[in-house]
Formats: sequence, C-alpha cells, structure tokens
Amino acid sequence: MKKTNNIIGVIVFVAALLLPVIIQAPYQMHILILVLIWAVMGTAWNLLGGYAGQVSFGHAAFFGVGAYAAGLLEFHLGISPWWGMILGPVLAALVSLPIGLICFRLRGPYFALAMLALGEIFRLLFTNMESFTNGAKGILIMPAITDKVFYYYSGLLMLLVTVLVTTLIVRSKIGYYLVSIREDQDAATSLGIPTTLYKNLAILSSAFFTGLAGAFYMNYVAFIDPHIVFNLTSISVMLIMVVMLGGVATTWGPTVGAALYIYLGEVFRTTLGSANVLVFGILVCLIIMFLPNGIVGEIGMLKQVVTRKKTSVKEGI
Amino acid sequence: MKFFEARDITKKFGGLAAVSDLSFTVEQGEIFGVIGPNGSGKTTVFNLISRFFPLTEGEIYFKGQQIDNLPAHKICALGIGRTFQVVKPLRRMSVIDNIMAGAFLRTSSVKKARQKAEEVCEFCNMRQYENYEAKSLPIPLRKRLEIARALAAEPELLMLDETCAGLNPKESEKAIELIQKIRDNGVTIIIVEHIMKVMMGISDRILAINFGKEIAMGTPQEVASHPEVIKAYLGEDYA
Amino acid sequence: MVLFGQTVICGILLGGMYALIAIGMTLIMGVMNIINLAHGSLVMVGMYVAYVCFTQFGIDPYLGMFAAMAVLFVIGCLLQRYMINRLVEVDSILPENQVLLTVGIMLVLTEIARLIFKSDYRSVTTSYSSQTMYFGDMSISVPMLTGFFIAMLFTFLLHLFLTRTDIGKSIRAVAQDRDAAIYMGINSSKITMITFGIGSALAAAGGSLLLPLFYLWPDIGHFFTAKAFIITILGGMGSTMGAGIGGLVLGIAESLGATYISMGYKDIVGLVIFLLVLLFLPGGFRSLAKR
Repeated sequence: MKKTNNIIGVIVFVAALLLPVIIQAPYQMHILILVLIWAVMGTAWNLLGGYAGQVSFGHAAFFGVGAYAAGLLEFHLGISPWWGMILGPVLAALVSLPIGLICFRLRGPYFALAMLALGEIFRLLFTNMESFTNGAKGILIMPAITDKVFYYYSGLLMLLVTVLVTTLIVRSKIGYYLVSIREDQDAATSLGIPTTLYKNLAILSSAFFTGLAGAFYMNYVAFIDPHIVFNLTSISVMLIMVVMLGGVATTWGPTVGAALYIYLGEVFRTTLGSANVLVFGILVCLIIMFLPNGIVGEIGMLKQVVTRKKTSVKEGI
Repeated sequence: MKFFEARDITKKFGGLAAVSDLSFTVEQGEIFGVIGPNGSGKTTVFNLISRFFPLTEGEIYFKGQQIDNLPAHKICALGIGRTFQVVKPLRRMSVIDNIMAGAFLRTSSVKKARQKAEEVCEFCNMRQYENYEAKSLPIPLRKRLEIARALAAEPELLMLDETCAGLNPKESEKAIELIQKIRDNGVTIIIVEHIMKVMMGISDRILAINFGKEIAMGTPQEVASHPEVIKAYLGEDYA
Repeated sequence: MVLFGQTVICGILLGGMYALIAIGMTLIMGVMNIINLAHGSLVMVGMYVAYVCFTQFGIDPYLGMFAAMAVLFVIGCLLQRYMINRLVEVDSILPENQVLLTVGIMLVLTEIARLIFKSDYRSVTTSYSSQTMYFGDMSISVPMLTGFFIAMLFTFLLHLFLTRTDIGKSIRAVAQDRDAAIYMGINSSKITMITFGIGSALAAAGGSLLLPLFYLWPDIGHFFTAKAFIITILGGMGSTMGAGIGGLVLGIAESLGATYISMGYKDIVGLVIFLLVLLFLPGGFRSLAKR
C-alpha cells in the first residue's frame, strides 16, 4: 500500500517539476500559480479548521494582512515587497494571537461567527484608514520579476514547505492533541491537554502560512485592495469550500480542492460566462449534501466499500 | 497527609445546592465508592474534583497539595484521571489513537506514546480492536476505551463515573474485573455508581450521598444497612 | 439637539424594520438551531419580487410586500424540506456543514438574481418616496415612518400568532424542546418547514418595507445578513422580543455612529457590538431579562 503511494507521489512530483517545460502559455501558467496560492491557503486553513476543528470564517484577515505587509513595504518605505514574504506571515501570526484570545472563548458556530466579524472588521479598517493603507484605492506595485515560470517554481516551493510543516505538525503530539480537541474538548481537558494553548498554536501556524500566501499574492498580482484581499465571500468562505471540496483533515485534500476550484472556475467562466458563479454555487450545495467530507475524504469510505475492510464491531460482545 | 481529601465542599448553581458540606478522605490503594440515587450530586462531585466547575465553598487536597484552584487541564498532570458518565470517545480516531491521546501527557515522542498505548490496550484486553474507529464501538467497549485512555495518562487516582451503567450482568462482571486489576496495579480508585450490588462487591469503603449531602460513610455492610440509605433507595417504610 | 433627536428617531425607525428581518432569523434559529447565512439573500429576493410588482404591474411596494411574503414562504419551505433537512442525517467532520450549505444557497440566490436583473442598482420611486413629515424642527422621512409602523404591526401580529394559535404554540414548543414536542404529537418536521417559511416571509416583508429607502442590487443580501445576525445575537437566539429590542438598539447605535463618527465606520460599530455581545453576554438581552 505504502509503496504504491510513494511511487504515485514521485510521479506527481516529477510531473509538477516538469510542467512549465510542457506548458508554455502564460494563461495556463497563471492558472497553475493561482492553484498553488489557493493550495497553500487551503492547507493552512485546514490545520485550524480540519484538524483542530475550529472553523474560521475570517481567514481573509490573515491573507489580507500578509498581502498588505508586502505591499505597504514598497508603498511607504520603498522596500522590495519580497521582504513581505517574511514580514507578512510574521505579522499575520502576531495578529492571530489577539484574535484567538477573543475568539477561542467561543465554541462551534459562535467561534465561526466571531471570526467572520473580525475578518469584516479588518476589511473595514483597511478601507477606512486611508493614510496608512491608501483605502479603497488599493496598492499598486511595480513587480521586479514578471517571469511566470519563476512564480510557478517559488509557488511550488511555498506549497511544499507548507504541506511539509503542516504534516509534521499533524503527525506529532500536537496533531494528536488538536484532533482530540476537535473530537471532544472536554474529554481532551480531562486528559491533561491545555486546549487553549493548542488552539492558539494551531491558529498561529495557520495564520502564518495564510499570510505567506497573501504576501506571495501581492508580489505576483501586483495590485490589491481591501475589497479583494479581505473579502468575506471570495476569500474566507471560498477557502472553506476549497478545503471541503478536496477533503477536510487530509494532507493533499486542500490542494486537490484548490485545483478543482480554480479549474472549474475557469471552465465555468469561459463556457458559461456570467452564470459561472451560479453553477459553482449549485456545485457547492451538491457537494455539501452528498460528499460532506470532500473528495479525498470520501475516498477512504469508497475504499472501505470496495475492499470490505472490517473497521467496525458487531453489536453484543 | 491524606492521599486525597475533600473538605466541606459545596457547589451551588444559582440557588440550588448540588453538593453541600461534603467531606471525605480516600486512602491510597483503596477502592472508594460513592453511591446515591439519581440526581444526588455524584457526578457533580467528580466535576468539582476535575475542575470542570469551580467550588462554591470548601477545599480539595491531593497528596497534600490544594487542587481546587488549578486550571482543569492541570488535574490530569497531577495524577488524577477520570471517565465520564456519558462516554466521550474521540469518535473519529482509532482506539489506539484515543489511548495515545492519554499517553502523550507523559511523553512527547509519538513512538513512546504508541508503545504505552499498546501496553494499556493489552492490559485492558482491547488489542483486537486497536485499529477500529472509536465511533464504531458498542457501549461496553466504549466504556472500556474510556478507562484505557485515562489509564494511559498514568493516574495515581482514577475516578470512574457509572462504569456499569447500561451494561448487562456479564459485561458488568468484565468491567469489575478490569477495575480490580487496575487497583492491583497500584491505582487508587473512586467509583461512582447507583447500583448497590456492584458497589458492595468491589468497594473498600463507601460514601452514600443524597441531595448533595452525606447520609452514611463506612464499610459496604455498614452503609447498606444504614437506615438513611435504605430510606433513600427504598423509601421510608423499609428503614 | 435637533440633530441628536433626528438621529435617534432615524435609528429607531430603521432599526424597527431591521428588527422585522431579524425576527425572521431568530424564529428559524430557535427552531432549527442553525446559522443561516442566506437570510439576507432571502430579503433580497423579496425586494426583487416587490420591485417587479411595482415596475411591471404598478403595485405599490406596501402591497407588493404580500406577494413577496407569499413567494418567500414557499421558497423557504422548499429550501428547508429538500436541502437543509438532508444535513441532519449526514455525519461529517465539520459540524458547520449546515452553515456552509446556507452559503451555497446564498450564492445560488444571489447569482440567479444577478442573471435576471444584472448588478445594476435599482430603486423604487413612489409618490411618497421623498415626502417628509415635520415634528418641530426635525424632519422624518415618510416611507421610514410608514415602514416602521407596518413593521411594528407585523411584529404584534406575529406575537399573537405565536401565543394564540395552535401552529404558533407548536412552533414555540419545538423551539424549546424538540423531543418533548414530538411526544406531544407535534409533527416537528412539518413545523420546522413552516417556521423556515414564515421566517423567510418576514424577511421578505422587512425587505419590501425598506425598498423605498434603499438601492437594490443582488449583493445587498450580505448587508442584511450581517444586520440580522448582530440583532439576533444581541437579542438572544430565538427571542422575538429580544430581536425587536436588539433592532432598535442597533439602529440607534449605527445612526449615532454615522452622524457623530463617520459613515465608513458605521458598520464597524455594529460588528464591534456583535463581538462584545458574543463574548460577554452570549444570551443576549433575553438573558438579561431573565436575571
């Protein structure tokens, strides 16, 4: 089992490395880069939402902070926004601590709502603090590098690092503790798990990598405004959708989800024109109703059915 | 220094006193039973000890240290474990992962936690269910898992809440065997039950409570024949 | 002083209409215990129905409101019965699936509206749209006043419905204890469906009352969802009285914020109140009343 997985993994990895050689068209490259950005965001969100079970409806706050960190470096200080790739995640992580302080007192849907409110507060703040952020006019930078191949490989590296760190966390004691908190917070406490501490660890790492994606986005797309990067529906909520589509609490689920989201989005956009979001919305409803654990998540169930592996106990022992 | 001591503990919810001026001690190595009709405050006592609620009045001491002002998650680290009346399995984790969640209290290494979990699994006779998802287990096994998980955290004092509730006589017997095995391994046990027969068999001493207050304390025989206890269970006429 | 009075009154009138929308949401929340992020888009659909009634058939929005309510009642029932109800049985890692489904519904409704009506800002101008009444030195807009009184009337009628009719009492029973209600012979799934329908109809009513006052475009739904949430949490989930008071409080707070701080920060006021209530008064006003 493991061997086949490893071989598939190697093949996919090599293919990913060679893609820019095969695909030359800038448009296709652009799509791939977007997939990478969303894959990083999804993987980051998954740590807090999928593994720790704290469903955040406000992750746009971290994405936006990361993006603005990079953009404002050039806007105010004339420093290359690539330094934002360090400042962005750090600031996003720092911001996540007071956010966690406020929100982790709440559970379940109340937590989700509080994160939503905070994400919106960030958007409104960044829109209104014009002297600091340039308000709704946004930030426009002159990118030093325009070669898409460069962005592809750096994006790929970013994704690999994110997945690696996230996987290390998930497979360690921290990961076990996070899932325990997700499954039953009170039981976790009775086992000596300091739940608030671990939830904060989760939001810290989650925010860090989301901010990283944000800073990368700023550098690649070269224009941001609060309405784009702090957006509730197209960033915060879509992020949840992406992870759900691909598979909550799985390693590659978010990446699969990101690929599906971007590609489907493009297919819909080009073939259906203005009806594309509608079809996407319908798809979302269908997935939630029939495939609630995402594609990767339901693979386990499908495999079980196929191989008839016994993982449940008959009643009456 | 008593191993475990509760002094005049009181818990009020609004105007209602769920527990009133309760005092008791537990000796190391014994099985201490707490018995009472439904709603008498037994689970509240557990919740107070494990710090799920704060005390209204009184103090609790464990091995000489006052514990009623500590955050809930520190209790387990000190050596007090518990199970829940309505079992709380970590549903989407496997049996072995559930137990590892307990084992991680004493180690940060995944390998060591797994080893410990396997030992505990063996001890509780659950090896064959190791990889089963917790949510697929029937009640008797869920209760056993709950105990195993608490054991993995290496408690010196284990609080068992209604372990035999909902089990048929054969399942109860197995549960009692496990409890005695745990005690023989050096763990002190406080066990809450409302079934007299179970308690009589395994407890060294029993505290009987009703309406949050003590009504009798002593050996099982003393408590079972105490008029107040009989009154509480069977009514005035039998006292 | 005049400015202050006008601001407060404005806040109360607007808040009263928001409250009607929020009452719809809190009714649904009380019975179903779900967070419905599509509620605002239901308002939006109701507004479009009233809009079409006005532009195509010349029906005044205050009458078109009834058409909107009827349409949304049906839509609400269907949504609950065939979509949201399904999720009760599904076991998934994210318990927030129901919330996400409502997001999907919100997307679909918004996009259908956009397909039909495009993203243009629409507005309805009636004979009384710009009329104002004068109280001393304060000028109050007529559609605001009328909308407020109709909203209050509806709230009162709803109160009667919930306390005097069988269905109303059944709804309250299911909201308090679903299992007990079932034992009492109440068809809880039918009641749940009807409640969602009524909640949606109230949302449509509130929207129609606001139609003469607001620009209408597909994304306006988000705005109303946010308001409804803040009011619902302020008032305490499931409490219609609380939603009423919460609406007034929010209306006044925002009005004051807009006048004395700035327009841009007005929405932050609501969000901050929301967070504070979530953190420090999770039961909303209703829990204050109980003490």
